[in-house]
Amino acid sequence: MAGFKLRRSLLYVPGNMPSMLQNIPIFNCDSVIIDLEDAVPLSEKDAARHLVRHFLLNYTDRNKELLVRINPLDTKWGYEDLKVVLPAMPDGIRLPKADTPEIVERLDTLLTEFEEELEVEIGRFGILPSLESALGVINAVGIANSSERIFALAFGAEDYTASMEIERSRGGEELFNARTRVLWAAKAKGIQAVDTIFADVSDMEGLRNETELAKRLGYTGKCLVNPRQIEVVHDVFAPKQHEVEYALQVIEAIQRARQLGTGVIALGGKMVDAPVVKRAARVLRTAYAHGMVDTLIDEEAIHGAQ
Amino acid sequence: MALNSLGREIPENYAGKPLIPYGDPFAIRPRGTVAARPLKRMNPGEKKLLSSLREAIEASGLKDGMTIATHHSLRNGDFLLNRIVAEIAAMGLRGIWIASSSVHPVHAEIIPHIKSGVIAGFQCGVNGLIGEMATKGEISCPIVVRTHGGRARSVIEGSVPIDVAFIAAPCCDEYGNMNGYYGPSACGSLGYAQIDATYASRVVAVTDNLVPFPVVPVSIPQTLVDYVVVVDRLGDPAKIVSTTTRVTTDPVGLQIASYAAQVIEAAGLLRDGFSFQTGSGGISLAVAEKVRSAMRKGSIKGSFGCGGITGYFVDMLEEGLFSALMDVQCFDQEAVQSIGRNRAHQEISADMYANPFNAGAVVNRLDCVILGATEVDTSFNVNVNTESNGYLLHNTGGHSDTAAGAKLSIIVAPSIRGRLPIVRDRVTTITTPGETIGVVVTERGIAVNDKHTELKEELIRRKLPVKEIGELQREICRVTGTPRPLEFEDEVVAVIEYRDGSIIDVVRRVKE
Repeated sequence: MAGFKLRRSLLYVPGNMPSMLQNIPIFNCDSVIIDLEDAVPLSEKDAARHLVRHFLLNYTDRNKELLVRINPLDTKWGYEDLKVVLPAMPDGIRLPKADTPEIVERLDTLLTEFEEELEVEIGRFGILPSLESALGVINAVGIANSSERIFALAFGAEDYTASMEIERSRGGEELFNARTRVLWAAKAKGIQAVDTIFADVSDMEGLRNETELAKRLGYTGKCLVNPRQIEVVHDVFAPKQHEVEYALQVIEAIQRARQLGTGVIALGGKMVDAPVVKRAARVLRTAYAHGMVDTLIDEEAIHGAQ
Repeated sequence: MALNSLGREIPENYAGKPLIPYGDPFAIRPRGTVAARPLKRMNPGEKKLLSSLREAIEASGLKDGMTIATHHSLRNGDFLLNRIVAEIAAMGLRGIWIASSSVHPVHAEIIPHIKSGVIAGFQCGVNGLIGEMATKGEISCPIVVRTHGGRARSVIEGSVPIDVAFIAAPCCDEYGNMNGYYGPSACGSLGYAQIDATYASRVVAVTDNLVPFPVVPVSIPQTLVDYVVVVDRLGDPAKIVSTTTRVTTDPVGLQIASYAAQVIEAAGLLRDGFSFQTGSGGISLAVAEKVRSAMRKGSIKGSFGCGGITGYFVDMLEEGLFSALMDVQCFDQEAVQSIGRNRAHQEISADMYANPFNAGAVVNRLDCVILGATEVDTSFNVNVNTESNGYLLHNTGGHSDTAAGAKLSIIVAPSIRGRLPIVRDRVTTITTPGETIGVVVTERGIAVNDKHTELKEELIRRKLPVKEIGELQREICRVTGTPRPLEFEDEVVAVIEYRDGSIIDVVRRVKE
């Protein structure tokens, strides 16, 4: 659980809009994905990446994770995007159309080269691959294992449904298999899974239903197209009060157990052991981010003193 | 020249009257009694109904140099003030003072009559072109900007005697009973006109909807009204709505509203008996929306909603979230319709609403008010009168009254207006003193006045982005740069009167 980072909400912001870029600091999403790909018309590709670079250089009091969605590496813009933007130190790259492990490995190699050139720690730039085609979904397991930089897998339903030659429905039944497969790959690798965007900004009920579904399946976050969607998504991912109370009891119980020299203890007739503690710790970290508990749980409370 | 307690230079006299520099919001104690006017007698059989506005003006005895008043409940849809001024000009009168409850952009028609000397000056604030031209030096006439409560006080204490009040009466009978609820020019509450009807030497009811005696309910009774006159049209009620009446969809505005709602909650005000005022406008309504869902969630039964009333507050009343609305002025058609059908939607006078010199105004009972600003300074002083170009464009309304009265006054404003930072070292004009402002909420952070230390700690505990106001200013200026200060001439074109009659600031002519 070391390096735990909450990623409930990943907000897309067009890279060619200064008025929107300047508002990035004010929204309380967990991550921002500054888009150089689909949101930027061909005529503005060049200007946008320089705008993003300057925005990042001036954004010194960073208060959220900053990812940049570059153009695919097989286009003429992808490499140039990296070259211009990486010196401004984003936290990671959202790689579109990550259909195969090889595509991700190629980005990994490029990032290593830039890190050497920029004299920063190797592995500093993370990767969030987008699985957004039938091929990408099939290759999910291989992709998840293709680079240690990958901190989460993102499912992209818009391109996926296009590649499947189907329509995306409000209920999302047609996405069920793909969503699950991406999840399996992420969970097997021990990384996070980020659900696709919900495009209808005025339909908050639809957004809530879809986010609840994603959470139930195991997704830990969702991509957003408008800041108005943040509140609903955070609300869905917020732990319930009884979950928080139970988690606090679990931590208290395990600490009591350790004092007794054991790693297992009963709480309300149920066994508390390592996996239960791990889940409780996760609930409490999320609760902390929501302001539901005052202190952040420390590693020692979870694992015990060495 | 003397410096008031906020460091603004106040001249000794303005428009022939001595000025009292502002000291603090609550210190001035009134002396004397309320203003008097002549007793009257109307014998059985005598008629009040006259045939034209001209006849009514003649009958009222209006003479050169006197003061007239109208109400602004039809806001930018008012036709009456322009018609009266045109009639007065046609009659050859000169040097008339206007002491209306407010003047709106629609009244720019008066400007030629200011230039020609028919109108001498304004004993009230002005919205729009008149103020702009005065600040540019294009017209010359004194303007005394007053709060809603301050205007009521000035009339009631007699410092602004109204010789003739012309009251637009949307529903009126021939003996002068009236209300604003019904008729083609219905505007709802007549809260401002109630003061004029009670204190003006002569009262003329002007209506486009003469109904058989008696009008009920009675907002202003026959006992106060001297004459009744019928015109074809009082105004266009569709123009009562000045800003949007819909909740904003702008993410920045919504972020501000979300913070403001969380401040209200953190302040512990959201409990049974909660009382609340917001203006119209997208952000204010977004705050109301969030407060409303928090009240629903917590099954909170509020006490009253106040102020300019919108359909939004009407819905909250009907839903049972408030037990009453205290309405000095209706801000939209939904409010106008509600006040005519719902006894819990109570019409109140500007005196009851906000006058500091009575036995207690409704603003004193407010838990929370949401207010706007064109600028805020690092001492929390707020400007709503002038824009950053120095032009006098807005009247004060109830801003300073509610800020002084409410337990918690919250300024909501985007951190950047146009290209300029909202937080300044020094606001162009002080409308409302910082000591009556609790919290400034922008999308980039929340600044809490030091007098609310507990609230500040609670907001920090809740991980809201609390910042010192100077820190907030620096952060905004990193985006906008620091604006060059405006330059002004010495000439004073308007004074900003605080609610108690002291002078909080003056507006000077802009150096062009």
